[in-house]
Amino acid sequence: MSVLELRDVHRIHGTGEAAVHALHGVTLTVAAGELVAVMGPSGSGKSTLLNLAGGLDRPSRGEVVVDGTALGGAPRRALAALRRRRIGYVFQDLNLLASLTAAENVALPLELDGIGVRQARRLALSALSEVELDGYGQRFPDEMSGGQQQRVAIARALIGQRRLVLADEPTGALDSQTGEAVLRLLRSKVDDGAAGVLVTHEARHAAWADRVVFLRDGIIIDASDPLVQPERLLTASGGAA
Amino acid sequence: MRTWVARHADPNFEAVRGCVTHTEYAYSVTMSVKHGLLALLERAPMHGYQLRVAFEESTGGTWPLNIGQVYTTLSRLERDGLVRPLPENDSGQQPYEITDAGRTDLTLWFTTPISRTDRPRDELAIKLALALTTPGVDVRAVVQTQRGATMRTLQEYTRLKVRADSPGDLSWRLVLDAMLFQAEAEVRWLDHCEASLVRYTPPAVPEVAAGTDADAHVLPEVTR
Repeated sequence: MSVLELRDVHRIHGTGEAAVHALHGVTLTVAAGELVAVMGPSGSGKSTLLNLAGGLDRPSRGEVVVDGTALGGAPRRALAALRRRRIGYVFQDLNLLASLTAAENVALPLELDGIGVRQARRLALSALSEVELDGYGQRFPDEMSGGQQQRVAIARALIGQRRLVLADEPTGALDSQTGEAVLRLLRSKVDDGAAGVLVTHEARHAAWADRVVFLRDGIIIDASDPLVQPERLLTASGGAA
Repeated sequence: MRTWVARHADPNFEAVRGCVTHTEYAYSVTMSVKHGLLALLERAPMHGYQLRVAFEESTGGTWPLNIGQVYTTLSRLERDGLVRPLPENDSGQQPYEITDAGRTDLTLWFTTPISRTDRPRDELAIKLALALTTPGVDVRAVVQTQRGATMRTLQEYTRLKVRADSPGDLSWRLVLDAMLFQAEAEVRWLDHCEASLVRYTPPAVPEVAAGTDADAHVLPEVTR
């Protein structure tokens, strides 16, 4: 079942001669339990695609459907609720609120959604535990390392019943081991049934996805099929790459 | 002759006979079979089949060895005085042990860095260089086709790595990491090629244009 659908999506920034065609008729479907990586050079439209998928921007033409809801026709209030409840964002810029503790940052989307403070706090501590940050709930972002802050951002993105997780260079400047831990978390959330889109320019990170889509100048120029058997690399009878 | 018969009576022989080396990287590893076998014999004397199994275990099955490859290598090692045969066991299998000369050779291998110039020519670099200078070839399509394939390889290695999660899998994970980093480097290089191609204007007469466009030289230089 598809969780995210982009149907012939165009996005034009500006008008007239200054118009920049960021996306040119992109069609993409991401199913539940599927992680799709989007790769491409700077300016190819990767982040625009992610912003449209997350309802943070509207297409100039075409349609974006998340979990059965066409974002274009949704009232602003419904769109905001969908973003809070169904979509998790892990962006390079962590957007953690410096004045809130780790647990408060993670609980924030739940509290905004009307869940009681105590229950939201309990769920937040549980989410922090999932990203191996037991005991860090009372720390403020500036009391944590970059990798720990990133995990807080992931806990916040994954808390609740998120159906779609959108990640833009989620490993940022983290070292390879910490970056890998972040990708494992993302992979695990998707394996549990969410749909995921990972924007990255690092091939090693994109390799965690089931499918890889290449963008160039706002157009999908290539997309891989889902993986079937990695073992085929190990035996000639399975067909070499 | 007896050894040959015993070898072909090996119940696993048929299964492994068709098993050639498979990954893009495997060919370079073939060069290491000799030292791989020496390293295994440093643990204890072993016969051919044991060596094949131990070699594959050490590399997580990434580079399955043809049993014939094992015996051919053993013959060469014996010829060069690096291993010596021991009496056959009751099953007619002949174990080998490492000699002092073999240990010296093995130590030298471990202590000497591998030179990239010892490796086979990079067929991909040659292919792209020629694609650039062959009329009618869509070089960007060549780049994209290769990148898709390499990306897929990278995905598959990543899957295998995710599964190899126990502490005892460290040597296997490091082998996988080596392949992951090589595949990643190839993708990065292909990205670089694509970016260079965007800025590239084919010269009307290559000889005349030589030396005028830095980007145009990126690929041809590989052939030198």
